[in-house]
Amino acid sequence: MDWLYMHMPIAGVDIFWPGLLLIGYAVGVIGGFFGMGGAWMVTPGLNILGFPMAFAIGTDIAHIAGKSMISTMRHSKFGNVDYRLGLIMLVGTMAGIEVGAQVVMWLERLGEIGPVVRWVYVVFLALIALMVFYDYGKAVAGRKKSQDPSHTGATGGINWAPSLHKIRIPPMVHFRVAGIYCSMWLPILVSFITGVLAGFLGIGGGLLRMPALVYFIGVPTHVAVGTDLFEVMISGLYGAFTYSLKGRIELVAVFVMLCGAAVGAQIGTVATKYAKGYGIRLMFGFAVVACMVSIILKQMGVTTTATFIILGAITAICVYIMIIMFRGAAQELREKRCASSQPADRVGAER
Amino acid sequence: MAFRFKLGAWSSALLLLLSPLTRAAGEKATDLVVVADTRVLGGFNRYLADLYNHDLWLFAIHAVVLTTILGGTLGLLMDAIMKRIGIDLGRKKTAQQEH
Repeated sequence: MDWLYMHMPIAGVDIFWPGLLLIGYAVGVIGGFFGMGGAWMVTPGLNILGFPMAFAIGTDIAHIAGKSMISTMRHSKFGNVDYRLGLIMLVGTMAGIEVGAQVVMWLERLGEIGPVVRWVYVVFLALIALMVFYDYGKAVAGRKKSQDPSHTGATGGINWAPSLHKIRIPPMVHFRVAGIYCSMWLPILVSFITGVLAGFLGIGGGLLRMPALVYFIGVPTHVAVGTDLFEVMISGLYGAFTYSLKGRIELVAVFVMLCGAAVGAQIGTVATKYAKGYGIRLMFGFAVVACMVSIILKQMGVTTTATFIILGAITAICVYIMIIMFRGAAQELREKRCASSQPADRVGAER
Repeated sequence: MAFRFKLGAWSSALLLLLSPLTRAAGEKATDLVVVADTRVLGGFNRYLADLYNHDLWLFAIHAVVLTTILGGTLGLLMDAIMKRIGIDLGRKKTAQQEH
């Protein structure tokens, strides 16, 4: 079974490469389907597969850069990227990533990196799970209300942007695509904080940056998605560069994961055409909880069970999304065939 | 006398407390240097490992450029395959938008 293991020369470990391919594929499927990077499962996944924590972070951040290339290209075609905002945010993002990476190196020197990053991940994933379950509960309650005829349908939400725009610290900048006018320091501060998190956890940071762009800076959602992807791509490339200079990256692992991600991203994206209902969100929440549990088990030294749980959870969610995609595609093809055969039958009957 | 005794006790306690700290502080800790083991490698993997051992800056540039090229190429290739199958990802409508 030696052929199932690949030697990583810099990290000095032998890695189960089908696991790498599966993680890449799963990130592609889940990222394509839910519209988020999914890197939150890569760093813990790589660590559980056997990578030392600093290598898991560096390898994850480089793989994000490759994966976000095509999504950014697609969004820029639709004009959904505010490049002025993106370029200004780069200052904060790059500084933030460097700070995050320096903290990782400092923790590695202290010999504390594994436990610290794992526990930060546990908190981070707990927040994601809470957010997903809260969102699910809100969606179910909203559906019930919409069925209630006495419900007026008025909705309200938190929006800090107008108050934050009143802070007029020069230079003030007008972002044309986003249609906002605010202090340059506001996007820089937001991108710095998300950058620190991205550099420290090896993630794209979109999970935080997207809501921050909408609620704190006041960017319209579609522009926020495009600009965030641009930011993820640049932060990934800078992260790949700085972690390579620090010697904490395994390029071959990045390439293996990218191959899986390229196929998975298409399946995930196509599946969104056929997905109905909110059940899938619930499943996503459970996958996040499973990932969290496997990190805790890894911390407790139960590595084999942790590996099974994380690989099992991401396999289950991938299979579920693939079933949605194949069923939907088959249905669509059947309908197309029926539609094309009906006019032919009518012509035959008229004759 | 009592005051002298107290002063002596406090200074000894302080010395005891500080000595491990000063020893621990010692020299400034440096980054762990990792060298790639190229003995069991061949082909492209060997090339990358050699690059890492000899020129870290060139290795970092390789990391950025190769990741960009591979990510872009795989994305475009998969887009082309999907278009050939008949699925245009540029103009997709989700099931939720349709309902």
